[in-house]
Amino acid sequence: MNASKLKIRKTLVMAAIGAVLLALVPLVAPGYRTGLVTQVLIYALLAMSIDIMAGYAGRTSLCHGAIFGTATYVVMYFVTVAGGNVWIGCVLGVLAAMAVSLIAGLLAVRTNGVYFLLLTLALGMVVWGVCVRWTSVTGAENGLRGNVRPDWLADPSRFFYLVLVLSGLLMFAMWRFVSSPFGMSLAGIRESESRMRSLGYDTSRHLLIGFVFSGFVAGVAGALYALFNSFVSPSTVALAQSVMGLLMAILGGIGTLSGGIVGSALIVVLQNVVSSYTERWSMVLGLMFVLVMIFAPEGLIGTLRSRSGRRAARLAQTESQEGRV
Amino acid sequence: MDRRSFVKTSAAAFGGLMLSTHVVEALAQGTGPVKIGLLAPLTGVVAAGGKEIVEGFNLYWTQVGGKVAGRQIVVLVEDDGSNPDIALQKARKLVEQEGVAFLIGDLLANTGLAVAEYAKSNGVPYFMPVVAADDLTQRARVPNVLRVAGYTASQMSRPLADWAYRKKNMRKVVTISQDYTFGYEQCGGFAQVFTGLGGKIAGQFWNPLNTQDFSPYIAQIQSASPDAVFAMETGADANRFIQQWASFGMKDKIPLIGAQNFTDQSVIRTLGPEVEGIVSSAHFAEGNPIPATQKFVSDYQGAYKKLPSIYGFSFYSAAMWLAQAMEAINGQVEDRQKFLAAVREVTLTNSPLGRPVHLDAYGNPVYDVYIRQVVKKPGGGYWNVPLETYPQVSQFWTYKPEEYLKQPSYSRAFQGISKG
Amino acid sequence: MLVAFQLLNGLTFAALLFLVASGFTLIFGLMRIVNLAHGAMYLIGGYTAYAVTTATSSLLAGIVAAAVLVALLGLIEQALLRFVAGHELRQVLLTLGLGLMLNDAALVIFGGDTLNVPIPDWLQGPLQVGGLYYPRYRLFVFGVGVLVFVLLWLTVNRTRLGALIRAGVDDAETVQALGINIRLVFVATFMLGMALAGLAGALGGAFLSLYPTADSEILVYSLAVVIIGGRGSLVGAAIGSLAVALLSTFGQVWFPELSYFVIFGPMALLLAFRPHGLFGQTA
Repeated sequence: MNASKLKIRKTLVMAAIGAVLLALVPLVAPGYRTGLVTQVLIYALLAMSIDIMAGYAGRTSLCHGAIFGTATYVVMYFVTVAGGNVWIGCVLGVLAAMAVSLIAGLLAVRTNGVYFLLLTLALGMVVWGVCVRWTSVTGAENGLRGNVRPDWLADPSRFFYLVLVLSGLLMFAMWRFVSSPFGMSLAGIRESESRMRSLGYDTSRHLLIGFVFSGFVAGVAGALYALFNSFVSPSTVALAQSVMGLLMAILGGIGTLSGGIVGSALIVVLQNVVSSYTERWSMVLGLMFVLVMIFAPEGLIGTLRSRSGRRAARLAQTESQEGRV
Repeated sequence: MDRRSFVKTSAAAFGGLMLSTHVVEALAQGTGPVKIGLLAPLTGVVAAGGKEIVEGFNLYWTQVGGKVAGRQIVVLVEDDGSNPDIALQKARKLVEQEGVAFLIGDLLANTGLAVAEYAKSNGVPYFMPVVAADDLTQRARVPNVLRVAGYTASQMSRPLADWAYRKKNMRKVVTISQDYTFGYEQCGGFAQVFTGLGGKIAGQFWNPLNTQDFSPYIAQIQSASPDAVFAMETGADANRFIQQWASFGMKDKIPLIGAQNFTDQSVIRTLGPEVEGIVSSAHFAEGNPIPATQKFVSDYQGAYKKLPSIYGFSFYSAAMWLAQAMEAINGQVEDRQKFLAAVREVTLTNSPLGRPVHLDAYGNPVYDVYIRQVVKKPGGGYWNVPLETYPQVSQFWTYKPEEYLKQPSYSRAFQGISKG
Repeated sequence: MLVAFQLLNGLTFAALLFLVASGFTLIFGLMRIVNLAHGAMYLIGGYTAYAVTTATSSLLAGIVAAAVLVALLGLIEQALLRFVAGHELRQVLLTLGLGLMLNDAALVIFGGDTLNVPIPDWLQGPLQVGGLYYPRYRLFVFGVGVLVFVLLWLTVNRTRLGALIRAGVDDAETVQALGINIRLVFVATFMLGMALAGLAGALGGAFLSLYPTADSEILVYSLAVVIIGGRGSLVGAAIGSLAVALLSTFGQVWFPELSYFVIFGPMALLLAFRPHGLFGQTA
């Protein structure tokens, strides 16, 4: 009991430090760079939504980019084509994202492993196909454009603070979700689905709820992206978006949640820097994938945690050997 | 000077990400180098075209010693990845992080539209030598977005329709086109003129982008027995269509007439006899024997070991155009209004076209358009040679602009086809 | 007449898809690896054939060179995959990264222009079949597809290697326990699968063209074929290719609006309700 309270306290302290540091960003790096950090936060939410399923439920998906982009499309359409209020549009966008994750989930939770990956890939492609062909609604290849950010948020610093607060709230919600008994049951399903079923859990329903929750987070990220970009096109829902999100989650560490921020920051910054020197970004991205899979499959945060975990275990062992409680 | 050293020069100029913007501001004072943001698809499906954009643009600056009105020209190249999301990201980076004086570039219409939207909200001048989406200089025009050395999609296909009807007495045509806006507009331009003269469009086929197998379409076209087929394909699709068309023995059966990109060098330079004889229409024909064109072609060939495509040519001309505008205002490009006014007033006299070019009131150039044919080039390869000229074709053809703008934009549903 | 024509179109396209997918399904079936770099291998095979055939004027030389080079690349990929052996998802993601790298390398080496593998004169142009003119080359590809199917089927069902492969698909551990070096079987199978991808690239490169995004396009088709037909099954790959090709051909003509659904829809549904495809083995 003591250990877990300590862990909670440690997490809260780290989060508070992080929040303070981030709040200083618009003061030290205004304008464009604040926009970059805003982008990092939005993508971090996407990466974390993927992590909820991949890290905690053990189901790696390749359709979260499509879920993310669905929300973006709905917001853009509602505001620029239907002339509606942007906040209602955001709510609708999140609901649409959850609807897509519900349908995807209903089909997908019956499978696992590689088949789950392929199924979500196919479903993501279906969404992409709709966005490309449904010209009257989605604008096909040209997408939808037009300013959707309300004037009072036009300043990058103001928008950044909004995103910071919202992502902070969402991250808190995700943290409570995975630490809750429900979250524990998801982890149990990851460890052994058959055992959970024999214990009486309705594993399909649990997975579905988890999937829809992750879709909710991805949807909020997608809605924020619409506000950030004032533009959407089929590339926002394409497979590459899901792959990018997955890579961010993996780089940070699947199952760590906070790894999503680390992975997102790394990729966004790297992309910005690398593209000034060479157009071989694809090569760099691919190489990162390969190296991470071979040398650090637990990601940055994951590797740090397992090292400190091993150290703590060794310390505990020596302590108990010395007869201390 | 190649692209990489341009990039390195500018990158070294302000160090890493965390340096302040003060250095950038100092550079924008009006006496330092002029920083130009060039967006091009260097990766993705149109990577070849993107490379030629950079080549054509840089060729001009190299020829004039990299300086205009006493200021050095620094070209910052960013890859838009053939993807509008990335194009938008890079546009922001170029304008807000690198502080470029203006943006130029993009190839695919959707990337151009995204960047144009950004330019609209930002006020930065944006020039599109190759993005041909009609509405950017028609119904959705933006004052600081100009089609310098560019063209609209429907502009070029109209003379071809006129020629097909009047000169070749074709009466029944089938169109096959890629299923997106660029295709709708090119086909629409053709269909409206052709049917307006009394011709009939016997069928329209729309193939998804990156269609691997054209055989289902070829079968259907054959059964429609038209006098000719108007084909609007670009890149790999054009390559495949031409090849597969010839392999079905259709080459000698039904004449192929194509949109500008269909027989562009970027498509035909890797093909063989299957391209011979295809007729298309465009303002640029690399086989045009006039000295201005041939000098440009041989310069380009000398520098890059290949014949110039529309991408290389358009960006070379655009560089020439912008240089002329910069000279006119003594290099003060940071004064956006002055610069844009100068660009609008340019009459380009020494372009490789050998004829003067200027912008119309809506921001799109007026050209003499050639009906051109692909023939064997002496020394190997194939190129486009002019057969006939249609002088001073604007984006509105013979229609009055105000009347024309009342009709809807070309789409799958609206192709301008006259009934009866 | 038109339907017969379209049918031929579907069949000949199916032959190419089978060639591409056969390698993919062998590897997926035996080693449980979804090789997302398969498309890139196809593309590199195609480019290699282009380079060699242009230099030597021999299509055969190009095909052989493509198969050999890609098989060697496969060896390297296999070595990398051993680092993450036992972790299915890590393997898949590693192949994804590798595919990205190979695709970019191909862009650097061959440029972005659309290239076509040159074909000899006797394969160019149409053949008259009744009142129908049909491209010789497509008929040739069909012939090769059938030949490869027969050869593969014989190999898998009538040779010792084939027996080992089939046993390995069923139960790799037991095969190992019987003293057979299952690793060698894996390597041989992987190289065979890769050689097939290279061959497909060489043949496809002549009528589908080679350009920077061809790899992801053909990969999508391969995935659809293998998922519909079932992993590890040659007959499944053949049926799957026919299904995807015919769906694609007739779908393009009758339902142009649904061109993407026509492939991904059935794929998604099968994955949800019958992940092992029509002919695949369970577990």
